[in-house]
Amino acid sequence: MIKKFDKKDEESGKIAEFVLKQKVCFYLQARIFNETPINPRRCLHILTKIIYLLNQGEHFGTTEATEAFFAMTRLFQSNDQTLRRMCYLTIKEMANISEDVIIVTSSLTKDMTGKEDVYRGPAIRALCRITDTTMLQAIERYMKQAIVDKVPSVSSSALVSSLHMVKMSYDVVKRWVNEAQEAASSDNIMVQYHALGLLYHLRKNDRLAVTKMLNKFTKSGLKSPFAYCMLIRIASKLLDETEGGHDSPLFDFIESCLRNKNEMVVYEAASAIVHMPNCTARELAPAVSVLQLFCSSPKAALRYAAVRTLNKVAMKHPSAVTACNLDLENLITDSNRSIATLAITTLLKTGSESSVDRLMKQISSFVSEISDEFKVVVVQAISALCQKYPRKHSVMMNFLSNMLRDDGGFEYKRAIVDCIISIIEENPESKETGLAHLCEFIEDCEHTVLATKILHLLGKEGPRTPQPSKYIRFIFNRVVLESEAVRAAAVSALAKFGAQNDDLLPSVLVLLQRCMMDSDDEVRDRATFYMNVLQQKQKALNAAYIFNGLSVSIPGLEKSLHQYTLEPSEKPFDMKTVPLATAPITEQKTEIAPVATSKLPEKLAPSRQDIYQEQLAAIPEFQGLGPLFKSSEPVQLTEAETEYVVRCIKHTFAGHMVFQFDCTNTLNDQLLQKVPHFSYKTWSPRRPMRSYIWVIYASCLFAVSCTFSCTMKYLVRDCDPNTGEPDDDGYDDEYVLEDLEVTVADHIQKVLKPNFGAAWDEVGDEFEKEETFALASVRTLDEAVGNIISFLGMQPCERSDKVPENKNSHVLFLAGELMNISGIGAGKLALLKSQDRCSISSGYNHQDSSLHHMRIYQFNPIVLQSVAFGFLSERVNKIEICI
Amino acid sequence: VDTQFIQLTCTSTEPSLYTVKAVLILDNDGDRLYAKYYDDTYPTVKEQKAFEKNIFNKTHRTDSEIALLEGLTVVYKSNIDLFFYVIGSSHENELMLMAVLNCLFDSLSQMLRKNVERRALLENMEGLFLAVDEIVDGGVILESDPQQVVHRVALRGDDVPLTEQTVTQVLQSAKEQIKWSLLR
Repeated sequence: MIKKFDKKDEESGKIAEFVLKQKVCFYLQARIFNETPINPRRCLHILTKIIYLLNQGEHFGTTEATEAFFAMTRLFQSNDQTLRRMCYLTIKEMANISEDVIIVTSSLTKDMTGKEDVYRGPAIRALCRITDTTMLQAIERYMKQAIVDKVPSVSSSALVSSLHMVKMSYDVVKRWVNEAQEAASSDNIMVQYHALGLLYHLRKNDRLAVTKMLNKFTKSGLKSPFAYCMLIRIASKLLDETEGGHDSPLFDFIESCLRNKNEMVVYEAASAIVHMPNCTARELAPAVSVLQLFCSSPKAALRYAAVRTLNKVAMKHPSAVTACNLDLENLITDSNRSIATLAITTLLKTGSESSVDRLMKQISSFVSEISDEFKVVVVQAISALCQKYPRKHSVMMNFLSNMLRDDGGFEYKRAIVDCIISIIEENPESKETGLAHLCEFIEDCEHTVLATKILHLLGKEGPRTPQPSKYIRFIFNRVVLESEAVRAAAVSALAKFGAQNDDLLPSVLVLLQRCMMDSDDEVRDRATFYMNVLQQKQKALNAAYIFNGLSVSIPGLEKSLHQYTLEPSEKPFDMKTVPLATAPITEQKTEIAPVATSKLPEKLAPSRQDIYQEQLAAIPEFQGLGPLFKSSEPVQLTEAETEYVVRCIKHTFAGHMVFQFDCTNTLNDQLLQKVPHFSYKTWSPRRPMRSYIWVIYASCLFAVSCTFSCTMKYLVRDCDPNTGEPDDDGYDDEYVLEDLEVTVADHIQKVLKPNFGAAWDEVGDEFEKEETFALASVRTLDEAVGNIISFLGMQPCERSDKVPENKNSHVLFLAGELMNISGIGAGKLALLKSQDRCSISSGYNHQDSSLHHMRIYQFNPIVLQSVAFGFLSERVNKIEICI
Repeated sequence: VDTQFIQLTCTSTEPSLYTVKAVLILDNDGDRLYAKYYDDTYPTVKEQKAFEKNIFNKTHRTDSEIALLEGLTVVYKSNIDLFFYVIGSSHENELMLMAVLNCLFDSLSQMLRKNVERRALLENMEGLFLAVDEIVDGGVILESDPQQVVHRVALRGDDVPLTEQTVTQVLQSAKEQIKWSLLR
């Protein structure tokens, strides 16, 4: 069986390829399949052509494909090995484009159970590719046999195919657990690996079974390095989920893998330790030292893996990596640019302030040679560096502005812009240089998103600089030159200058007047709107309509408006019926992982609360509750490692509160059922279950704080862990959960006020209240800030949640809306640290400090009390969750 | 009070056997000789070809074995006029991907008698198809030992057992072997 298509072609493979590339005319070719006796060589040639063409992305019509497929089935009569194997491949490749592929089932079943070992594995894989759940049951017996077959290729094929089938036929495949278990003790390393993978996949929702499995394999030891890697991953996931301490045997196991003789395993273990949250420097040390060894490996992949992982360590524990600085310096000249970049960025994180200038020079020498992904990594490293050495910001700013001028894709430019913005926010003294660089950038910026973002920033920060007038020119240039979206953003930015700076107002009005002639609707509308607001010259109007815009949830607004148009009524649309926007979770410094997200479409993802709103709205009983005011973070009502895991989410509505209990049964030998007075539903193992309880407030109260004690009542039916068959009889049982607290925070929704000062002035003096509280248990200002925010559930504004170092007093700006009350509350809390004790002060003019305000707008006095003293009423209520 | 079942959602860090996202072989113009994608990262042929072009542009001038592109880890190797790529997630163990790449290359090298170049490959496409099929199945590493792969592909090709060879063939192959040993 020689496979030379065209021996005459001596020159190159061009002609052979040409033959391959000719689109096969199936009518003619299929005739060759029908010749008797079958000519294996010619048929093989045609099958190769078909697969080659499919591989090149050639499109085949269904009829065409089906016809070829049917002709191909005849080739099963030939006993030529390669031809048969190519038939299997053709079946797999055509499974999606041809009809009735199912007709080859019996041929494949015959091959998978036949004598030829060379056929059996591939036949199993081809068969599972075309099979469905019903057919799978028909071949179940053979699959079970194949899994425990002594020929490794057969066993591996069966295990891997079973794994593919789990998605579609979990219930069938889970019956093969015992066979997979047997295969896991095979001598063959790949069989071991595949069996472990399948076992984990079948058991992953049953934590107890996973723990048992891990214990077994970590003790018995495995031969396969792949299987070890898998075990390490499972162990670290389990550690993560159970929040197991690092004295756990699982951690010991992972650490012991650092001494494995296979590099792959050692690296996996080191990487697992590095990625664990809350690792101490001592626990990291052994992992770091193996990574250090890898840095001088002759294998580029290993050096890359090591330096990439060290880079991650350096983000959280720069000091742990300093020992590797010498090895990292050597890698700067690595011929692989990716390795060099990672080495430099790691050094930037671990290096001292004095080495910064030198490293920055080295980067600029090769930044043009590396891919955008790594440029982003470099920018993020610089961003981290700026936070660490604020004094170096002018060096960085220069470097960044040079990078901004270079060529680069959107992600790269965005990273630079974000970095400059964060420097501006962290270092007030760098604000003007930063804004100047950004102004220069938007003069020639092809990315609308970035231009609008910068214009927004200019509108926010520009008016507060000493010389606001110099930004006006840059902004107005956009109005003249750019696309609609940018022009509209520029108009909004102009309006902010007008609202904040009285001396600029006349010129801004003139410019806005011009924008009212714009060809685009949005630009014209904005200009007209701002023009009219500005002409009123009222602070409150400016604050409400120019500085702090809408605070409602956009998807919520869309839904409410849609609803309003469906039910025509005389009443005008009421903005108050729209749920508030949940304030964006303050962005934690994103992990510096060079992962491009550019492939994901930029879509407005619905917030957590919008998702809950939808889920609740789907339940008929909750139809009349109105808009969802706030959903709390999940509260755990059980320990993490118990038989039943229950967590609760509190949904606050006007006048009602809905408790959502998500319960998970982690035992797989018990089936829990509801007590009979609810509709009859079963709670099978591993599946989370959700139940709701609905509470109505007494009408006189605006907000309540209280504690509920919770008990779960249910009917237990033991069941067989393998088959899932429950016993007929069950017994009633109870399970006591932790108490559930309803707190002040549940009644206050966060509202972000970009310009807090304007919002505060808008409230007016008559609603101001001052009181002083001593926070006895709080020791530091940071702690006080954190506690107050989580207690009140309000949104910190103007980055006031960050307490500058070495300060003894701090003012925290909070904004939030209280349920049932229109208008926004704002709180300005001055925190004072005295003699290791923190006090929160909200009273007027103490002798020693002038900044003690707490002003709460239109807050019911009861609330103020509850804010101050925690709970309005200490009532203990009882909740029983019945299943 | 209402009860309902909810589906489990999988997290991205789920330990899994699905390791390989794609296996590619390009020629020295960056054209596709072989491409197998195992998931939906690049669903259309157009996106695939764009990705291949990007990969080729970023890698063909350097011989540096590993890179990060479009958020994916790419390990690669080139030989004469062929470029071999194995692609996985950026969270994947780089050495596992390397094991796949080495296995593919070594298997082909054996099957093509060290003639790992474009023309020899084009003349043995079915060998390539079968080898990749034995190394990766639906993204799962099926085998990493080139000996096993070559054995399972079982391409008899010119390897007619010695008893069936004619005297001239034996002489011919003996001559070649001597020539090889001299050249070395």
